[in-house]
Amino acid sequence: MPDINLTLNGQAVSGTVENRTLLVDFLREGLGKTGTHVGCDTGQCGACVVHVDGVSVKSCNVFAVELDGSKVTTIEGMANADGSLGVIQQAFQDHHGLQCGFCTPGMVMTAAALLKENSDPSEAEIREYLDGNICRCTGYHNIVKSIQAAAAEMNASPVAAE
Amino acid sequence: MPKDSGIGASSKRREDVRFLTGKGKYTADISVKDQTFAAFARSSVAHGRINSIDIAAAEAMPGVLAVLTGEDFAEVGGNPAGWLITSRDGEPMKEPKRSPLAIGKVRHVGDAYAAVIAETAAQARDAVEALDADIEELDAIVDMSEAIENSDNLVHDEIGTNLCYDWGWIEDNKAAVDAAFESAPHVTSLELVNNRLSPNAMEPRVSIGDYDASTGDYTLHTTSQNPHVTRLLIGAFVMGIPENKLTVIAPDVGGGFGSKIYHYGEEAVVLAASKKINRPVKWVCDRSEAFVTDAHGRDHVTKIELATDKEGNFLAVRTETQANMGAYLSNFATVTPTFLHGTLMAGPYKTPHVYVNVKAVFTNTVPVDAYRGAGRPEATYSLERVIDKCARELGIDQLEIRRKNFIQPDQFPYTTPVALVYDTGDYDATLDKVAEIGDLAGFAARREASEAKGKLRGLGISTWIEACGIAPSALVGQLGARVGLFDAATVRVNATGSLAVMTGAHSHGQGHETVFAQVVAEKLGIAEEQIEIVHGDTSKIPFGMGSYGSRSLAVCGSAIVRATEKIIAKATKIAAHMMEADAADVVFENGNFTVAGTDKSKSFGDVALCAYVPHNFPHEELEPGLEESAFYDPANFTYPAGAYACEVEVDPDTGEVDVVGFAAADDFGNVINPMVVNGQVHGGVGQGIGQALMECVVHDGNGQPLTGSYMDYAMPRANDVPSYVVDHSCQTPCTHNPLGVKGCGEAGAIGSPPAVVNAVIDALQSGGINVTHVDMPVSPSRVWNAIQAAK
Repeated sequence: MPDINLTLNGQAVSGTVENRTLLVDFLREGLGKTGTHVGCDTGQCGACVVHVDGVSVKSCNVFAVELDGSKVTTIEGMANADGSLGVIQQAFQDHHGLQCGFCTPGMVMTAAALLKENSDPSEAEIREYLDGNICRCTGYHNIVKSIQAAAAEMNASPVAAE
Repeated sequence: MPKDSGIGASSKRREDVRFLTGKGKYTADISVKDQTFAAFARSSVAHGRINSIDIAAAEAMPGVLAVLTGEDFAEVGGNPAGWLITSRDGEPMKEPKRSPLAIGKVRHVGDAYAAVIAETAAQARDAVEALDADIEELDAIVDMSEAIENSDNLVHDEIGTNLCYDWGWIEDNKAAVDAAFESAPHVTSLELVNNRLSPNAMEPRVSIGDYDASTGDYTLHTTSQNPHVTRLLIGAFVMGIPENKLTVIAPDVGGGFGSKIYHYGEEAVVLAASKKINRPVKWVCDRSEAFVTDAHGRDHVTKIELATDKEGNFLAVRTETQANMGAYLSNFATVTPTFLHGTLMAGPYKTPHVYVNVKAVFTNTVPVDAYRGAGRPEATYSLERVIDKCARELGIDQLEIRRKNFIQPDQFPYTTPVALVYDTGDYDATLDKVAEIGDLAGFAARREASEAKGKLRGLGISTWIEACGIAPSALVGQLGARVGLFDAATVRVNATGSLAVMTGAHSHGQGHETVFAQVVAEKLGIAEEQIEIVHGDTSKIPFGMGSYGSRSLAVCGSAIVRATEKIIAKATKIAAHMMEADAADVVFENGNFTVAGTDKSKSFGDVALCAYVPHNFPHEELEPGLEESAFYDPANFTYPAGAYACEVEVDPDTGEVDVVGFAAADDFGNVINPMVVNGQVHGGVGQGIGQALMECVVHDGNGQPLTGSYMDYAMPRANDVPSYVVDHSCQTPCTHNPLGVKGCGEAGAIGSPPAVVNAVIDALQSGGINVTHVDMPVSPSRVWNAIQAAK
């Protein structure tokens, strides 16, 4: 079985995986990082979204072995250095953008990817971008509001976006 | 100015921080030392006879530790229905035994007939493939009418019929209702389907069974909305494990919507398997399994008739419904189409005569049970659709026909002809409010603008009511419930004045950890941060019937209030002792105990400390410590109500429907956390729009599910729903619980589907297209076909 090395949330990690091991299973079972969730088995729900080398990826759709040498960011890597909530996370709490919390890691990671591409998205653009993430609790209303608020906060104080 | 803490404050949710940082602890995130993994062999046919299951090859696969089949459960009891329904002829419902693994026959695609336990999840799955099961396919029973008529082909041979029950509510009403129809100046009738839904909580079910041979203790970690109920079902009915030997823990749970109320066979299997191999056994459901094992919702076929005079005054309502039970009776399946549906058929209206008939039917499909709203969405949909059709036939405005039939504020308490007693309400107020927040006055201009771009715009109204806060035990006991529906709480004051509050409610998205702390903080005049809410573990909390039926705050929250009142009473005695005063003279206000008319005062924290340092207590009169429990059994259901307005644009060329506006004005009585309440309504409306336009579980004629993944089952996504305008400022507090609260969890899912469908019909009619009904989900193809048929 192959060994892989990657950077997870800024830390070097390594492990031995089967060729068929999915990234999400390596994160959850291999590394004990259970913040990334599995909500379906067809790449539809988006609960497992992480960033690989800065790009959002559904971690149920990639094999861990493909990512040797990559930089992976998960929900566990989204807080500020002092442990306080990052801008997007704080916006989700402030605007009640989550209920059961299960889809939330994927929503936050997708929102971060959106705001990197488009710092001032319209409501329609946000809804379109969330196409790959399903939430059953919120009816999406407050998720959209949270992302709008995060964008406004980042634009008001650009340092926060770093 | 809005409050910043306590009752009425939009306190930010404390649970969010762990969910937002990946620190939530869902059942799948839990690993138990030495755990093994289960995988299930599931039927690929809807109906089949199990001739044999050869397990030898599977047992020989790498890592396999055990293989279980139905024979391992032949001696244990079945998973029971929680509610006994009596048919019109006085006979009890038919209740076939439901084994954790199928015995003799498989009865739906996904029915589990064997389980493999192995060292890894992949090994368990691989070994399932090696099982050699000889299952002889039988003709599947899918259509409900055929199931009732065909007594030769039975889902359960031993009960001799596919009819579970034939229920009338209220049978004594029937003659008067029929007479009212005989003489009615106008009758509107409508046949409609309430489409079968898959609940789709985003977290699939997970169970970890752990048997400790040294003590004989079982521990079950599981995705449950009600761990005590699960313990009761497994312990008392299915496996015969005494409650002191079974702990059920439901940690963070990723949504439920009803689907995690029930005890499922997999829970019994992981416990039995753990005992068999003497190691923990974990099972993680995948989404494909969830689609064929999680109890579905709705699935009614209904004929409803509304008798009126020429002015649109309601004279009588009569319904006939077929309710699909699926292949087995899930725990609440029998009560959902009866006492959670038939009793709501009066709606918020003063219709004098109502009669409801429901036939519950077994078919070779996935079991059906309560899903967000549970029976009440079905009642509301039937009623609000037939009223809409009636208004159109009589040429009466859709708001006006509702107004002239509303129960009036001075008529409460109001006894309906279907046996509920509404305690309070003001239905005109919420209808006025939705007209305001939905800007109905501006609708004509918006319609014009839509028409200018080639779209038809429709406005749909729905005025809904539900009975929730489930439920008075005495009443439900008379109606056939096999459980009490009270709830329990313990308030433990620690020596330094901080608190742990143990509640029988379970939070799987509702925010109880925040909201319940707000309630206790308000009552005790202390900071929310001093209060921890403990839930979801039968070893830590006294008892609880769990969270469903919008009951958490109304019932479990009331128990917390009662326990808190006992704390205040005991603390008052301690304070009196400390200040050498008579307890009758001590007043508790803003967190301080004061001797009336003096400046003598002790803070809550001082009294708490004294309770645990009782150096000079008169022990015959005053016990040390400060901890109280309360069991609360409500006197009545609660009756939230509201008015919803939906606007759609329909493309007459393609049949595509776009929800362009949705306004909801609700009366939930008093509100603890407005932010959380709004979120509950948003989510419910989102699910209701999903039911109305997109979602439907489809089985083909052989009982094969055609909607087995998110590729095929249309879940609403962010782009499918609008922003919502919601309001809950119309408040008629509940008269019989200490918080005056009514419950808000299901409202959105109850009130929204008819508003959406009414809006579609309104849009089509506005374009001169005479379509009077389109069944849900109102998909583009259905709308387009209806348009073509009307041409």
